[in-house]
Amino acid sequence: MNTKHIDARRLLCPMPVIRTQDAVADMQPGEQLVITCTDPGALKDIPAWCRINGHRVVETRQEGDDIIITVEVGA
Amino acid sequence: MSTQRKAVALISGGLDSMLAARVIMDQGIHVEGINFFTGFCVEGHTHAIRKKDRAKPKRNNALWVAEQLGIKLHIIDVIEEYKDVLINPKHGYGQNMNPCLDCKCFMVHKAVEWIRAHDFDFIITGEVMGQRPMSQRRDTMPVVARESGADDLLLRPLCAKHLPPTLPEREGWVDREKLLDFHGRNRKPQMALARQLGIEDYAQPAGGCCFLTDRAYSDKLVDLWQARGEREYQLDDIMLLKVGRHIRPNPRFKLIIGREEGENRFLEGYRKQYVSLCPTSHKGPLVLLDGWPEEADLELAARITARYSQGRDAEQVTVAVRQGDGEERELTVAPMPPGEIPADWHV
Ligand code: SF4
Repeated sequence: MNTKHIDARRLLCPMPVIRTQDAVADMQPGEQLVITCTDPGALKDIPAWCRINGHRVVETRQEGDDIIITVEVGA
Repeated sequence: MSTQRKAVALISGGLDSMLAARVIMDQGIHVEGINFFTGFCVEGHTHAIRKKDRAKPKRNNALWVAEQLGIKLHIIDVIEEYKDVLINPKHGYGQNMNPCLDCKCFMVHKAVEWIRAHDFDFIITGEVMGQRPMSQRRDTMPVVARESGADDLLLRPLCAKHLPPTLPEREGWVDREKLLDFHGRNRKPQMALARQLGIEDYAQPAGGCCFLTDRAYSDKLVDLWQARGEREYQLDDIMLLKVGRHIRPNPRFKLIIGREEGENRFLEGYRKQYVSLCPTSHKGPLVLLDGWPEEADLELAARITARYSQGRDAEQVTVAVRQGDGEERELTVAPMPPGEIPADWHV
């Protein structure tokens, strides 16, 4: 299965959400997107964006200052 | 069977656009939201920078509203295109650097492009006649409809009864009788409608949806343009206007001084693009120099940096001056006494 990565570090919300949205637009259901960002606002915004658009947050973790969110593209 | 009609709603995150979308959804129309990011939006930003706020990040109200309504939200990056709106507004500025009328025309125009690309039927906004001094007046609301190219595809459910029937009303896609006649600055009717629809939690109406309505922010933007001799900006410029203390000793450069740990960390990220200063003999802020400082300016900048460090009362403070390419040297200077920093240097 394809996994795509995007680097949204140093971007402030809503830019990480916009990057996520644009990346997901080119992906197929079931594929995973890994977003690396630093704005803690993304911890709320990306899951909210996923909920309203039918995608699923698979995992959220923190590595130092980096926040890493994995999203599975919905149907 | 009748066709399912579709509308896109401009969602700002405030109560009005939330109500407008809900009123139309309740008439059986499929509604999706659209939200434009100009770079100046109040949502998020400074919050993410300040250390004390990082622990409890604020929600993005546009996303939150969409979730409450159960609709999709499309956030569109218009940073580049918006420059022309802000730099050359045909209808001028409001009280500060807010080009509200041009901004509304631009956003509705983008919505027109969006409905064409996505095969939607019409556009709704939460505008209320007479609520905003510039863009929501009886004489300017038709300007938005006309100049955006939306014409009668633009429906404002909250004040529709004060306006001529639009296409969705004439075609019977929506029942005009069930639309509203709100008017003026009184927000009680909106609050009553919210209660009636069971909407209890919503963002409090603020002065404006973007930093351009803020006096201090607008002053910094004008200062930037004056110093550069041209009305231009990059996303980094307008982000940095939201951070730190800005002091301009002369047209060549200004200092952007971090006010606390979170701001210092945010400014760290820009050290490759700017000359930066940081005290080494004492604890102190990270400072960026924006512009084209000359050799003599560096000493002045170091003295001001020292003034904002914990060595402000010391005789001498050592400050590291780093170029964007990483080359670093130290200057030992006497902190500038507060009284010697003229008030008009503070942008
Ligand atoms: S407040 Fe800002 S975003 Fe809102 S209409 Fe005016 S210029 Fe546009």
